[in-house]
Amino acid sequence: MTNMINLLLFPIILPFLFAILLLFFKENIFMQRLLAFIGLTVSLVAALFLVAKVKTDGIQVITLGSWPAPFGISMVSDMLSALLVTTTLLITLLVVVYSFTSIGKERERYFYYPAILFMITGVNGAFTTGDIFNMFVFFEVLLIASYVLIVLGGEKQQLRESIKYILVNVISSALFVITIAYLYSVVGTLNMADISVKIAQVGQPGIITVIAVLMLIVFGIKGSMFPLYFWLPGSYAAPPVPVLALFGALLTKVGVYAIMRTYTLFFINDIGFTHEILLVLSILTVIGGCIGALAYFDVKQIIIYNIVIAIGVILFGVAQMNEAGISGGIFYLIHDMLIKGALFLLIGIIIYVTGTSNLRKMGGLMKTHAPLGWMYLIAAFGLAGVPPLSGFIGKLLIVKGAFEAGTILGSIIILASSLVVLLSVIRIFIYAFWGAPTAELPVTNHRSYRKMMIPAVLLVILSVLYGVGTEWLIPYMADATDVLLQPSIYIDAVLKE
Amino acid sequence: MKTNDVILQTTTKVVFFIIFLFSIHIFFAGHFAPGGGFVGGLLTTGALLLLLLAFDLKTVQKALPFNFIIVIGIGLLLSLGTAAGSIFFNVPFFTHAFDHFTLPLFGETELHTAMIFDAGVYLVVVGSALTMIQTIGGDA
Repeated sequence: MTNMINLLLFPIILPFLFAILLLFFKENIFMQRLLAFIGLTVSLVAALFLVAKVKTDGIQVITLGSWPAPFGISMVSDMLSALLVTTTLLITLLVVVYSFTSIGKERERYFYYPAILFMITGVNGAFTTGDIFNMFVFFEVLLIASYVLIVLGGEKQQLRESIKYILVNVISSALFVITIAYLYSVVGTLNMADISVKIAQVGQPGIITVIAVLMLIVFGIKGSMFPLYFWLPGSYAAPPVPVLALFGALLTKVGVYAIMRTYTLFFINDIGFTHEILLVLSILTVIGGCIGALAYFDVKQIIIYNIVIAIGVILFGVAQMNEAGISGGIFYLIHDMLIKGALFLLIGIIIYVTGTSNLRKMGGLMKTHAPLGWMYLIAAFGLAGVPPLSGFIGKLLIVKGAFEAGTILGSIIILASSLVVLLSVIRIFIYAFWGAPTAELPVTNHRSYRKMMIPAVLLVILSVLYGVGTEWLIPYMADATDVLLQPSIYIDAVLKE
Repeated sequence: MKTNDVILQTTTKVVFFIIFLFSIHIFFAGHFAPGGGFVGGLLTTGALLLLLLAFDLKTVQKALPFNFIIVIGIGLLLSLGTAAGSIFFNVPFFTHAFDHFTLPLFGETELHTAMIFDAGVYLVVVGSALTMIQTIGGDA
């Protein structure tokens, strides 16, 4: 294992391999579950090895096909991408376990698990690639698999929303290709490290700034940034809860990662304009998300708008371009993946128990489902950033970075948004768990309730550990931040072979 | 009314093999001339589509009793296997190998692992195109 040069590809190849194997056992649900579970476990182990390797040996780079660096496709695993890949596999593994009881045999028979594994291939590939066109290809891999997941089951709402979702994403993908074409015609290269070098050589003329804004639009649509998040609330409410958990925890974060990567590697020579836009849009994203999170009485919609808020907070941290802001952004990004996964799984159980997602029709669950209530409360406090839970350190660093950079008003809005977040999720707690029990709960199977609780509780525990173990995580986050703040580390690792 | 398509069916029986052989030719030409797995696969699909037009879905399914989703799986496995083979030699993923061989009948030939990858692409293209056609065209 010591000089396994292909190690960084294993979290991409292994889910892909198992997705292919699953195609051969369409009707055998036991095999589907078994292979999906084994595949994700093995990939997770590989990802953990990768994190350890990146920690000891620095950035891992491989250029496919043994070609020299700017000519072949480079795959680059720095600490940020290694951590994101690990988090992705962890969440997917738990969501898949949750799916065993909740998704239903009909969906499992029609390539549910292969679609998830193909999507993870795309997500991990997008996190790892060092080539901008290859990033587009991995975006398409994850998007096409997500089209399958959003429409699988064929309910009326799913069909309607999947048309919107596909339409928006096809348009943004076309715009992505156009943007890459512009960039290629200016700098003449697709390798991300090489693009960074070439842009620094020409000193970011106006056309590069235009391309930077175009990229912000593309990734803003993918990552649901103001004013481009219009498609998200409707589309994410359509699929069943495990799919929603995967989408909410992973897909928008790929867009955020792409913005983080391009805005710290490519467009760093004239940050006055581009990062100012990012800053303003991220604050507006937070505000838009807050309004949505307060407006609804539907548990799904409340958490969905909390995704939008978190995207704004992370991008606000990145827009500061100082150490505290970026490291806060990374802390908050991984926290948000974990906590959104946990929250979606928990509200999935609430919906399963009460048979509705309408808050006004719930009540008194604390008497019958106390563990669910306490877990939800911990997750809600974690989301709002109550110390020592997971959301605290990220937001603290982001606000610190913003005060250092002098964006006082923005930091106040971010802090105020925490209150709105807390209010919105506590409202779910009050309406669903307090008060008198509603007239009748639908008869639910206690065995499957307990089986669904296990992965949700594990995710909550992980997020608590993430908050409590901040001290232990800091060296990893410092490595990730260094690469983002000093692109020369990234460039040297890729181009100096 | 029963239509009589003897001419179409007879022509198809001849033309099918011409198109099929041409698609194989295009597939093998891929490395040094225009062609390759994708167009080769599409041409084969075209040939099979002609069969579907001249006869019907049931006849063609009886003649080609494959589950085309399995064909996609085999194609993906071939491509991934070719690319992943390099892992066992501890060289970067996707590194290909080639050499010259003297084969009977063909003489000196360059054999290339990229061709196995292309064969995977070919099978995926044929498999997915026919899955689509059968799914949309079928009754179910």
